[in-house]
Amino acid sequence: MKTETSQTQTPGSALTRRSGGARIERLFRLWTLATGLLVLAILALILFSTTREAWPVLRDMGFRFVTDATWDPNPSSGGAVFGALSFIYGTAVSSAIALLIGVPIAIGIGLFLTELAPRWLRGPAVTTVDLLASVPSVVFGLWGVLVVAPALVPVYRWFNHVFGGIPGLGSLFGSPVGTGRNFMTAGIILAIMVTPIITSISREVLSTVPQANRDAAFALGATRWEMIRGAVFPHSFAGLVGATMLGLGRAMGETIAVALVIGGATSITPNIFAGGNSMAAIIVQQFGESTGTFTAALIGLGVVLFAMTVVVNLAARVVVRRAEARMQGAAT
Amino acid sequence: MTATAPPAGRTAAGSPDLRRSALSARRRITNGSAMLAITLALVLAVIPLALVTWEVISRGLHVMSWGFLTEDIPNSYRRHGPGMGPAIVGTLIITGMAALLAIPLGVFGAIYLNEYGKQKPLARAIRTMADVMTGVPSIVMGLFIYTGFVVVVGAKTGFAGALALACLMLPIVIRSSEEMLRLVPDELRQASLALGARQWRTVLTVVLPAALSGITSGALLAVARAAGETAPIIATVGITFAVNGDLFNGQNTALPAQIFRNASQPFAGAQERAWGAALTLVVIVLGFTILARVIVGRFAIKER
Repeated sequence: MKTETSQTQTPGSALTRRSGGARIERLFRLWTLATGLLVLAILALILFSTTREAWPVLRDMGFRFVTDATWDPNPSSGGAVFGALSFIYGTAVSSAIALLIGVPIAIGIGLFLTELAPRWLRGPAVTTVDLLASVPSVVFGLWGVLVVAPALVPVYRWFNHVFGGIPGLGSLFGSPVGTGRNFMTAGIILAIMVTPIITSISREVLSTVPQANRDAAFALGATRWEMIRGAVFPHSFAGLVGATMLGLGRAMGETIAVALVIGGATSITPNIFAGGNSMAAIIVQQFGESTGTFTAALIGLGVVLFAMTVVVNLAARVVVRRAEARMQGAAT
Repeated sequence: MTATAPPAGRTAAGSPDLRRSALSARRRITNGSAMLAITLALVLAVIPLALVTWEVISRGLHVMSWGFLTEDIPNSYRRHGPGMGPAIVGTLIITGMAALLAIPLGVFGAIYLNEYGKQKPLARAIRTMADVMTGVPSIVMGLFIYTGFVVVVGAKTGFAGALALACLMLPIVIRSSEEMLRLVPDELRQASLALGARQWRTVLTVVLPAALSGITSGALLAVARAAGETAPIIATVGITFAVNGDLFNGQNTALPAQIFRNASQPFAGAQERAWGAALTLVVIVLGFTILARVIVGRFAIKER
């Protein structure tokens, strides 16, 4: 196909002539540019279109939208009050639990794959993590609400029984809700879901550690763990932080699984065995039944969630990119 | 990436025999328990995967039948029995339309990034924002299409859902396609340009075919992701109990939305249908994932 030009014209004239093809070239370039710009356009449109729809509520509530803990679309007297603080709290608590459980596991798998695994095990291990990532979140939610939550209730009771009396710790492990749908269950399910993304980024980061650094640590007589602590971690720390932040972004935005297992209560309590709700979850739970300003308030929650995840993701990407650039510099 | 050269590490760990015995007990135990913990991390990831797979297969097969796949959805959650037909049709046509919208646009976007934009500030900004866009929660994408399309048109339709899924797929397709285009050796481009082909022709007839299988597999993975998305479907598509093959008229439904609705019910009939729908969805998603892997496998062989 590409020889067409040289058949019809002499090579020299094809090189010098700037007709016909140049226009197609310019159009093609513009078209690809337009599709690239689509990304920026969609992000801008998300912000514009959701903010416009949520504006009545955001304007009326002002900052109280994120600082007030009362969420009452149909109060017995007075106008509706939309304060999202308890949902922001729920998002924060469930994400924190998810990261506390998920990050050590994910970094552990990353270390296993880069430092420990025999060659034959690497493929299957990576496939396992990939499969974990490919399970739809609603399936984890279904499993969480019908299998995990009921199964965990006795465990929660035991924790409450053992630690409930201790001051401080006791308020953390308060009496559990009977259904097992609470912050902790949400955190556990979220941990399963953030593990693959943190694993894949930390694996990338860990594999950029120069072999020379490892060899140097070994040569000094370090055990494998001392090598990891002394040579691998300092070198990849920033990248691992970035991976954790990406996991945080994922955990904050996860909707369906959390909506099924978090319990659906509007409360701010240190008790991680109590039911609550998260921003993403309440939107999907109440969106079907809402009208008017109630819908606008839910969309307002979406705006807040969008802003938070964009900030977290942007920061995470910058951290990862900086770390990788620095590491590549060190590797050469 | 995989060039972490295990032989070098192995010789360092295994060469002098006196070292292991020279280690203090504390160091040996610390090292041993740390290695155990690292290995345990993988086991901890396998457990939920195995459990969820087992539950979905055993409980899903229990209700699976031809009728389950084809019959309409009962309009009462209390009723036992099939089926999920409308949701399966909905998932296939909504995801299919989303793929038709997102894949061509994403591939052209990737062509811009890799062939024209390269390291220009604008291209780097697009790259970063595409990464950020993959992190936008799916419910926010659903709200975006709700406010920007459903409210404007005035009705929830299957097409609105397809738009939302397309927005979720777009950045994934762009980034994975760009990765594949980058793997195409520069010699191919230079050969084509040296023969007098313009860049657009080089891209379309030389670069793109060379990267095609990689791009296809990346796109299939994006489709698999999109097929499992629930929140945007709930916000934009509405609900139906009978098959609606028309994306542009009338409300629709999809498997993930049905799983969510039925899982929130306390009735056994609804929960059975949720498990059946989950099995169907997992099979569809897994089908796309395996197809993507097969294509990658063949690509890798061709490369050699």
